Amino acid sequence: MAITGNIDKSNGDDGVMRTADGTPLKLSLQRAQRRQKQRTFFLVVPLLVFILFSFVFPILNMLTRSVEDPQVVSYMSNTLDALEGWDGESLPGEPVFEAMAQDFKIGRENKTIGRVGKRLNYEKSGMRGLFNKTARRIDKIETGPWKQTFLDIDKKWGNVETFTVIQRHDSAYSISYYLSALDLKHNEQNEIVRQAEERRIYVSLFLRTFGVSLVIAVLTLLLGFPIAYLMANLPLRYSNLLMILVLLPFWTSLLVRTTSWIVLLQSQGVINDIFVAVGIIDEEERIQMIFNMTGTIVAMTHILLPFMVLPLYSVMRTIPPSYMRAARSLGANQFVAFVRIYLPQTVPGISAGAILVFILAIGYYITPALVGGETGQLISNIIAYHMQRSLNWGLAGALGSILLLSVLVLFGLYSRFIGLRGLKFG
Amino acid sequence: MKIKTLTSALAVAGFGVVLGIGGGSSAKAEEFTAVSWGGAYSESQSNAYIKPYTQANPDVKINFEDYSGGLAEVRAQSEAGNVTWDLVDVIYTDAVTGCDEGLFLEIDFDDDLARGEDGSRPTQDFLPEALGSPCFIPQIAYSTTFGFRSDLVSPETVADVFDLDKFPGKRGLQKVPTYNLEWALIADGVDKDDVYDVLSTPEGVDRAFAKLDTIKDSVVWWEAGAQPPQLLADGEVVIASAYNGRLFAAIEEEKQPIAMLWDGQALDLDGWAIAAGSEHIDAVKKFVRYATDTQRLADQAKWISYGPLRKSSLPLVGKHADLGIDMAPHMPTKYADQGFWTGFDFWADNKDELSERFNAWLAQ
Repeated sequence: MAITGNIDKSNGDDGVMRTADGTPLKLSLQRAQRRQKQRTFFLVVPLLVFILFSFVFPILNMLTRSVEDPQVVSYMSNTLDALEGWDGESLPGEPVFEAMAQDFKIGRENKTIGRVGKRLNYEKSGMRGLFNKTARRIDKIETGPWKQTFLDIDKKWGNVETFTVIQRHDSAYSISYYLSALDLKHNEQNEIVRQAEERRIYVSLFLRTFGVSLVIAVLTLLLGFPIAYLMANLPLRYSNLLMILVLLPFWTSLLVRTTSWIVLLQSQGVINDIFVAVGIIDEEERIQMIFNMTGTIVAMTHILLPFMVLPLYSVMRTIPPSYMRAARSLGANQFVAFVRIYLPQTVPGISAGAILVFILAIGYYITPALVGGETGQLISNIIAYHMQRSLNWGLAGALGSILLLSVLVLFGLYSRFIGLRGLKFG
Repeated sequence: MKIKTLTSALAVAGFGVVLGIGGGSSAKAEEFTAVSWGGAYSESQSNAYIKPYTQANPDVKINFEDYSGGLAEVRAQSEAGNVTWDLVDVIYTDAVTGCDEGLFLEIDFDDDLARGEDGSRPTQDFLPEALGSPCFIPQIAYSTTFGFRSDLVSPETVADVFDLDKFPGKRGLQKVPTYNLEWALIADGVDKDDVYDVLSTPEGVDRAFAKLDTIKDSVVWWEAGAQPPQLLADGEVVIASAYNGRLFAAIEEEKQPIAMLWDGQALDLDGWAIAAGSEHIDAVKKFVRYATDTQRLADQAKWISYGPLRKSSLPLVGKHADLGIDMAPHMPTKYADQGFWTGFDFWADNKDELSERFNAWLAQ
């Protein structure tokens, strides 16, 4: 619009180029370009909508779930009101218990009290049972004194911590799932402390996941580099054959490839059988190669190998052989020429492959679940457990968000230090 | 909330339009969806009551689908306000969790279920252990128990399972704390009736983990029910915990050199739960009433070795439909005295905490 204004003012012989109908050329061009842009936009609308619903929306949903904590606020509002001003040290008085009786009766009627109990059980084991038992019994009691009634139902109501836990959830949003996801918790004094040692699992799982992904990225690079080099430099008919050998497993179902590794590696499996038959090991010394970390790494390296080979290959194919010949003719030996001339030119492919493999490995789920045994599990297996089994979606959301955030941070660091320019994915 | 109301308003409006155009032509036909575990188990349900029911009631259509357990889908459907699974086959603990969350419908056992063939009220006819949750409609009892390679070892008690000197070789255990902690205590000398009392104390939990420590290096952990019979057949392990139905199939149908131990079996329950948001509650209730009557529950044992939960069904258990062997000796409920019932309340309260500890212990 500002442009139109400008043109109106500079009306007449001012050297502005115009089209046949007298509109300035610049304006006309802009209009045409805008129309073009709109058309392009409409072409991508389906994809945009798809991404919005299948990617952006679920991620936002996950982020919301990880901080949402509505149960106590929604279903125990009377109790929370009555707990206002409570000193947090002595057992609350009759008014709190009366309000709680009210909440329990309503909650039993609407079948919502179980949700509160289940939520609080994440914070303190036994709360679920306490809430259900109390709701069942309190339903039949009409009049107070309520404090004594509650204490008669279960002596845990005489425990101050029970109320600390309830009061801690006086907001519809909380960070408690993130605390759990980082092996932290609130103690009885409401301070944030580390989880009891025998219950710390998530931090070490995160570290293990990153470690395993890194190892796999390195292994795929070591294995994939020579293959990609051969593919890029062999005559066409050999390189095509190699390409098919790389792509064939790539097209085979993930489950088939994973279970084939079980057949090969298990202690009564093909490889151990051969070792025993040849006499390398005794019958009793069969090596445990699967249902542990080894199994996870072997199977995942194999499955992710094409994601390293293909970007490497596409980069190597574009490196003119004449550069190497030039280096040789200028006096470099084979090794120096490779390290100083060839290798630097493959860096975009190495980066792309490494990022692809690393990020895919971080989120890998089915392979570690099948061949990981107890020591080869990754963080995604625990997230799936909380989604499907324990139904603790808040914690699953928090774990997922931390995973997402760490990937973004790693990606940021990567682009800062190595740079995304020249990255070639294929 | 608003979006949900709007969607349901639109759905109602849309439904009205459809009815308006269709002129209410086929309003009588009832259609609903039931989901179960798939495989041999769904097969037994299909043979015992789904096919007979739809044959007797041609106006009813039941879409029978498979799932892999857990409540994730049920909860997602409930939150979206779009319940497509009307009837779900669940293990007891999932029914309890779903009940707490308001996902499942509470029923009245005496009103909603059929009387026993002998005329007894459902609350009298069903085993008392099966009536603990108002959302759980009991079907069968199954057990997790030990199978072993009969050609290699001969354990007789749970203590033998934990005795690596007496019976060397790998053990297969399920990768969950449930039952492994109980068995560890039983093997350590705790009476099976006191297991949950001991496990309710911190010292008891420590004791169980300490006992598990003694065999930890020799354990192969399994997750899917199909794994332990395979591990046994392959010789990967010599003793493994497994579902009794899976062991039955391996022993009687596939004739593997495997035998099973009823001692220390952990009894668990499986049944139906009706989705609270279902739009076909009446039709579903009618079906459930039929599917859990005396004859139907007894019929199911023709195809799978899981015990009916009605006392009146037990005498009617006959022969296996294909193998022709007597099924009564393969019902876990027959050997209930030798094992223990799962401590459902204990696990409902402590599963979160003990699972974390168990996973941490595994990763050590």
